[in-house]
Amino acid sequence: MNQAPPARRLRLPLTWLGLLPFVIFVVMFLILPTMHIVIGAFQTRDGAFTLQNIRDLNSGTIPSSYWISVKISVASAALGCLIGFGMAAAVVFGAVPRWLKAPLLTFSGVASNFAGVPLAFAFLATFGPVGLVTVLLRNNFGIVLQRDLGFSILSFWGLTITYLFFQIPLMILIITPALEGLRREWREAAEVLGATALQYWRMVALPILFPSILGTFALLFANAFGAVATAIALTGSSLNIVPIQLYAQIRGDVLGNPHLGYAMAFGMIVVTAIANVVYIWLRVRAERWLK
Amino acid sequence: MSFWARITGWAALIFGLLYFFVPLGGLFEFSLKARRGVYSFDAYAKVLTDLQFQQTFTYSVVMALVTIAIGILLVVPTAFWVRLKMPWARPYVEFLTLMPLVIPAIVIVFGYIRLYNTSSWLPLTGSILGTNLLLAFGYTILALPYMYRAVDTGLRTIDVATLTEAAQSLGAGWITILGRVILPNVIPAVLSGAFLTFAIVIGEFTLASLLDRPAFGPYLQRIGANKAYEPFALSVIAFGITWGCLVLIQLVSRLQKTTQRPA
Amino acid sequence: MTFLTLTNIQKSFGAVKVVHDFNMSIDKGEFVSFLGPSGCGKTTILRMVAGFETPSGGTITIDGKDQSRLKPNQRNIGMVFQAYALFPNMNVFDNVAFGLKVAGKPRDEIQARVTEMLKLIHLEHLADRYPYQMSGGQQQRVALARALAPKPQVLLLDEPLSALDAKIRVSLREEIRQIQRQLGITTVFVTHDQEEALSISDRVVVMNAGRADQIGTPFEIYNRPATRFVASFVGTLNLIEAKVVDPQNNTVAIGDLTIALKERITVPAGSTVQLAMRPEAGSILDGAKGDTTLTGQVVSGHFLGSVIRTRIDVAGNTVSFDMFNDPSITPPAIGDTVYLKIDSGDLLVVRD
Repeated sequence: MNQAPPARRLRLPLTWLGLLPFVIFVVMFLILPTMHIVIGAFQTRDGAFTLQNIRDLNSGTIPSSYWISVKISVASAALGCLIGFGMAAAVVFGAVPRWLKAPLLTFSGVASNFAGVPLAFAFLATFGPVGLVTVLLRNNFGIVLQRDLGFSILSFWGLTITYLFFQIPLMILIITPALEGLRREWREAAEVLGATALQYWRMVALPILFPSILGTFALLFANAFGAVATAIALTGSSLNIVPIQLYAQIRGDVLGNPHLGYAMAFGMIVVTAIANVVYIWLRVRAERWLK
Repeated sequence: MSFWARITGWAALIFGLLYFFVPLGGLFEFSLKARRGVYSFDAYAKVLTDLQFQQTFTYSVVMALVTIAIGILLVVPTAFWVRLKMPWARPYVEFLTLMPLVIPAIVIVFGYIRLYNTSSWLPLTGSILGTNLLLAFGYTILALPYMYRAVDTGLRTIDVATLTEAAQSLGAGWITILGRVILPNVIPAVLSGAFLTFAIVIGEFTLASLLDRPAFGPYLQRIGANKAYEPFALSVIAFGITWGCLVLIQLVSRLQKTTQRPA
Repeated sequence: MTFLTLTNIQKSFGAVKVVHDFNMSIDKGEFVSFLGPSGCGKTTILRMVAGFETPSGGTITIDGKDQSRLKPNQRNIGMVFQAYALFPNMNVFDNVAFGLKVAGKPRDEIQARVTEMLKLIHLEHLADRYPYQMSGGQQQRVALARALAPKPQVLLLDEPLSALDAKIRVSLREEIRQIQRQLGITTVFVTHDQEEALSISDRVVVMNAGRADQIGTPFEIYNRPATRFVASFVGTLNLIEAKVVDPQNNTVAIGDLTIALKERITVPAGSTVQLAMRPEAGSILDGAKGDTTLTGQVVSGHFLGSVIRTRIDVAGNTVSFDMFNDPSITPPAIGDTVYLKIDSGDLLVVRD
């Protein structure tokens, strides 16, 4: 490259210029709005600094909405991890034919992006009052879903199993590389040293995979916590989770205090931020070990 | 492999497959029930001829294309610049592009409404055009992690520095380099990002709903609250689009693998 | 006393036969190397001894016990892998202790044994380190200690030094041999590096395309190669074309020179044989001993430090000749005529 070496002071601004459009865009349409919310959470109507909004989070239906959100997120993340791990392991370790891996990964890619309103309708169509499975169970087995199994799609568990539709594939997508990273020699070394399959899993494989599993759990948790559209489409506004409450607040200030809305949003950011930090930290640790 | 391991494996797989296909099957089956007693595509016919469907779908498609355009214009030069001139900045830029995954969409749009309303220094929500722009920018932010990762991966596989030097020695300026040298070589990666953006925008609800724009997502939700069979037909269509986008992504990445031979 | 026996071992993967009729008895405390190029079957045999592959035919016996029904975790064998295979989630101490923990040994016994092993490999100070914090050589020594901790009856090493730097390779192979001697454990060592195999083994098995071409001491393998493959794989080999003159008297002709070989000729007169000769055989100095003189012209000379390698054209054959450096002697120059005095026994008939 024939550039005469410019003076150091001149060089810096010029290269930074190339980054400017991107930075400006991200600042204007991501950072600033978020900061506005975060700061607003600590302000009163007149702009003075206060912690009252945060304290107000502990009033009315807000604590219970956080609690329900957390429960749904934990449930769908935990089940998603478990089932996703089982499916990925089945394919990676050859319990089922190996050629199933590629289609499984493709389908997981599709399914993990299938969320929102259509997903809610898919489950309504299947488990709803006149859903496919509901009707099948009633006509062929005499089981009435609501009465006998106590299950309704428009409830906590209904939302959870709906969320699982994109949680499981996400787990499969993330954990498959980690499972493939388990080297064959570790298994053989453990075997030659006298370990049974169970001992190998307990003492070597699961500890190695643990950061990835836990990290993905955190990611799935954050994913479920922030989901809005599916919940609204499925339960109307009847299920009281944080995103729905926030949605109602933004729409019509139902809480009578706009800054409380800020605080709720801030609360959401804190929860998802913690979950994502945990995920990244565990990812880094896992990668360092497996170098 | 032990017998029990095999059984558990098959059980997990079959359970998973049932889990995926039964709801989709139920969805499709339900969508055919519009005419009493008989399976028919009546619901689809009603949907496709509904003016609102056509309007909102068109709106969302246009939005998606605009978002893709903004995304390409924003991400390709940035990723290129970082790779070429400021490789030390890559982790920081990557961190920024992952932020939209941390901050929920509902918080972002809340921030937009508060920050860019009619009494702010940039009153975007004051006009239709402004709000549309805001929505497009919001979509771009939502799609940013995926678009950036796709383009960055694509750039990694071509030798950006050498190509740029070659072009420069032949007298090309930056825009020419970007437009005629770099971009054509990362088309498969860009297309991957584009298709994913398309899928995200078409189905998006939160931003469009809270910004009160006539997009496909809110339309879906409205129909769902009011009509009996049409929402299901619509959902099948939406799923088909998502699936189609991802199949295209797969095709494109396979194309990338075959057209890129090692130097 | 025979400890490890392989009888009539065969192995096929689908239609491809990878090991043919392998037979060998290894004594207790013996160090045997399996030497050969990639794909010759040496690792496959090792894995069959370990139990990771099942022989398609034949039996493996350790200490009189047939191993066919035993799974790898029941054979009490120690194994060291090319890729170290240390468990990344455990530190050095826990890695070495693994086999003992799995066997349910009490805590103080584990503590004592692991400490003993770490002393053996001179890495006591690294007990708390994790694999990713150590060099390749250190990791491999830990892998060795881990394999030896549960007091296995046989030690198997699968190309353990191939992934390491040249210098470490030399020092580590000597350390391995020294530890093996100290513990008296029967050992099988797989490698494609002939210098490794020759320098530390009691016996060497040279494998070629699934068959054992020769089993013998390093001295035998090198000086009396049984096949052309062994001769060319182990060390440098000169090949000289000669015409058979008289099979009865084992006489051949190289150019104008007629030589009576010390080996038997089985082909008729007039046919061509390949003779093999090591580069260190004979001497070009005055007063050298020998009953045969090969005359030739120097084609090129290379000063390699302690060794001077001269290439000589002998009746159309290019022969490499090595001699030790001596500051008082000038190496021959290109074009010089030299007289290489050898013993006729240095010429071996190459049989395929």
